[in-house]
Amino acid sequence: MNNKKARAFFMVPYLMWIILFVILPILLILWYSLTDANHHFTLSNFALFFKNGTFLKMMLNSFWYAFLITIITLVISYPTAYFLTKIKNQQIWLLLIILPTWINLLLKAYAFIGILGNNGLVNKFLHLFGLGPVNILFTDFAFIFVATYIEIPFMILPIYNAIKEINPAVIQASEDLGASKWQTFRYVLWPLSWPGVESGIQAIFIPSLSLFMLTRLIGGNRVITLGTAIEEYFMTTMNWNMGATIGVVLIFLMIVVMLLTGKKAKRKKVKL
Amino acid sequence: MKKVIWSVLAILLACAGLAYGSIKLDQPTIKTKKQSLVIYNWGDYLDPKLIKKFEKQTGYHVVYQTFDSNEAMYTKIKQGGTAYDLTIPSDYMITKMRKAHLLDRINVKKISNFKNINPAFLHQSFDRKNQYSVPYFWGTLGIVYNDKFVKKGTINNWNDLWQKKFRHQILLVDSARDAMGMALVSLGYSMNTSNSLQLKLAQTKLNGLGPNIKAIISDEMKMYMIQNEAAIGVTWSGVAREMMDENPHLHYVIPQPGSNLWFDNFVIPRTAKNKKAAYQFINFMLEPKNAAQNAEYVGYATPNLAAQKLLPAKIRDNKQFYPNTVTIRHLHVFRDLGPKITQEYNDLFLEFKMYAR
Repeated sequence: MNNKKARAFFMVPYLMWIILFVILPILLILWYSLTDANHHFTLSNFALFFKNGTFLKMMLNSFWYAFLITIITLVISYPTAYFLTKIKNQQIWLLLIILPTWINLLLKAYAFIGILGNNGLVNKFLHLFGLGPVNILFTDFAFIFVATYIEIPFMILPIYNAIKEINPAVIQASEDLGASKWQTFRYVLWPLSWPGVESGIQAIFIPSLSLFMLTRLIGGNRVITLGTAIEEYFMTTMNWNMGATIGVVLIFLMIVVMLLTGKKAKRKKVKL
Repeated sequence: MKKVIWSVLAILLACAGLAYGSIKLDQPTIKTKKQSLVIYNWGDYLDPKLIKKFEKQTGYHVVYQTFDSNEAMYTKIKQGGTAYDLTIPSDYMITKMRKAHLLDRINVKKISNFKNINPAFLHQSFDRKNQYSVPYFWGTLGIVYNDKFVKKGTINNWNDLWQKKFRHQILLVDSARDAMGMALVSLGYSMNTSNSLQLKLAQTKLNGLGPNIKAIISDEMKMYMIQNEAAIGVTWSGVAREMMDENPHLHYVIPQPGSNLWFDNFVIPRTAKNKKAAYQFINFMLEPKNAAQNAEYVGYATPNLAAQKLLPAKIRDNKQFYPNTVTIRHLHVFRDLGPKITQEYNDLFLEFKMYAR
């Protein structure tokens, strides 16, 4: 077997996978979004989406929550990742950070219900100081807090790897040449670690757009995103066409995010 | 490279082992396929001991699968992947399934225990002649409150929920028909209205409840009410019964001026393979002793008169779970409203969830 043939042969399972589980489903969703209940071609689903204030508000809501979650995660993760590269026993610390991701998401959500509830740990603690009980569960704060907690490992890891790859000599050179701490961060560390930040943002922002289980369990359906609407259209009213339309809009939003974060990196490179 | 191959082999081997094990475990089902009865029911909606008893009595093997919403069940039956012999949809869904030609007729003359069923629960709007369905359980939509936070007897009417003092205290069931229905009935409209103006008014009324709502949830409500997390819950009678078993401070009321009366009935899907066993199972479940045992386990109200007499007096005489005929007359049974109106209900409810805070 020559090399080319072998390569083609090994591509087969991968291609099959991509076609069956990535391309076909996306085409199916597109097809559903462009037809009505009687399988006639129509653009009315999209017209409805963009004419209806509820959907637009929901889209903004999704975007806003995803944005908040990503920013907060980034603010917490970047310094953590930076200091991680500076300390001893990095592997153990990393393991401790990754460990929570081994636990099922649903279990973590239920644990937080116990912590944030009226009779939960937080309120018991506040009670010691004569405060509370405070409503924490089913608020925006609780939702963003739990989502951030869950996403943090996925932000720390890529940033850690990116910072780790930076040659320490570059930082030292920057300092030797008289750059302030802030300048070193702004013009050396940040651009060089950007690939890690970028993949962190993508790994968090995109799934956060449709965090659906948490909006329900922690947000108590007081936080409504596009995921909630998709569930309603597919499961309750069985209007798959409209549900698929919302799905297509979400996919589009995700592509936009990918492009935006990807582009910035390029521009930076030219500048340098 | 060698290492990679070895580890891949090890993973494949482990997977093969697991697959073999799972097939082995499934085998009894496959072997006795001819003699099996496939039941598709709501989760936790049948005393498992009764299935064992049925298997012992008849020799059939029961394959028991569960669903968590009428719609999920409908989709699965329509796709026809599994040949279910028996399933238990709610009232409006029976109409919908009948219209979609998914149901087989049931000859009630072949079910000797059918006579035990309270005639008041037969010939309902979704199945006027009881040609397709046999009543299994019935119940209502109502209010559960915790007497630690709410004075006993102060909640009798849906409108009581709108009081300012219940800010952030109410858990609302996550169901468009039920939540909208509650608002409709409090305004004096029918829970089955298809009048857009009335629906809009109901939504406006529901929006007014927004600040009082703590969360809009479904199954988790049970846990929160038991743990005194909220003062008031709007939910179904059976869920309420389960909560009250765990927390003596909880009370259930069917509010004025009316509420929803719902039915879950046995039906036989058209795709059924073992109709004989399905008939036998329905008859078995209608036997007074079995029906009473099941009613005690599940907590909803049984339509079986003979079984009702066998229940402990505490349950039997409880007016909130076995309301008298006067109350029942004020209850509405949901009708299938067709996809367009159903969508309208759900869209309005979704909007309410979005904006009401």
